[in-house]
Amino acid sequence: MILIVGLLVLLMLVAAIAALLFKDLINAVIASCMVSLIAAILFYFLQAPDVAMAEASIGAALVSAIFIIAIRRTKRYEE
Amino acid sequence: MRSIISFILLLIIAWGVALSVEKIPFGESKTRIGDYYIERGREETGASNIVTSVVVNYRGFDTLGEVTVLFVAVIGLSAVLATRRKQKKGAVEPASLVLYTGCRFLFPLILLFGAYIFIHGHLTPGGGFQGGAIVASAFLLVYMGCRGRRISRTRSKVVESFGGLVFLVVGLIGLTLGGHYFLFNFLPKGEINTLFSAGFIPIIYIAIGCKVGSELGGIIDRLLEDSE
Repeated sequence: MILIVGLLVLLMLVAAIAALLFKDLINAVIASCMVSLIAAILFYFLQAPDVAMAEASIGAALVSAIFIIAIRRTKRYEE
Repeated sequence: MRSIISFILLLIIAWGVALSVEKIPFGESKTRIGDYYIERGREETGASNIVTSVVVNYRGFDTLGEVTVLFVAVIGLSAVLATRRKQKKGAVEPASLVLYTGCRFLFPLILLFGAYIFIHGHLTPGGGFQGGAIVASAFLLVYMGCRGRRISRTRSKVVESFGGLVFLVVGLIGLTLGGHYFLFNFLPKGEINTLFSAGFIPIIYIAIGCKVGSELGGIIDRLLEDSE
């Protein structure tokens, strides 16, 4: 159990750093979506399924969609 | 050089946060209110989901505030987007057949799942906000996969206002009918662990679910319409 949680936290950290480093903003959005999904799984492990549901649906789905819509209006690549 | 300095600053902040978090005794109850909710929540509210009994019953007024915050955010967004000049719509490229069919097939199922979550808010984890967000993600799927299809804006407005009105009216009825606080649970509690139990909690959660779903769906709709 603790091994799985540790692995997930490590993956979350990698995804968060990747979201900062990606020059292609669509990739960055997908990485931040991954952070939200792993956070939702961790919330579930911490016996907070209510929060997990909200995090998965808002953090992963809606926020990513809003970011992608915003990127479509502006520039896709960071300089 | 700048990145090294910011990294060091980040490390210092992380160290400070770790120092302060280290002193918190996790897993022990620091206030007695949590124990009270866990012990008495079931019999006092009739909801088997303790989180729901806190969100809708004990802290119902806070929930009204949360709903209002979301409402104000939607109003602000529409006000900002309404000042933009309407531009000519280009030809919308249709999605591929597989995507289109998949979205059409999945849309009712996701909608049903969202409705299940907010209708069973007093029995299973989840509630109005979570169910509403899932409903909104179903709308998002349709907007993305079946380009050109739109949910009627007047209908979504009607649903939204209906949800807000039901919440307020039920709360005010509770206030007048013997309770001395907003959202007094005046309906019979019923048998615990059944769908028709916990007084008005399912009604409030259905209202919140409709409201949040139509509001978040409306945000996506406005943004997408603006970007096309």
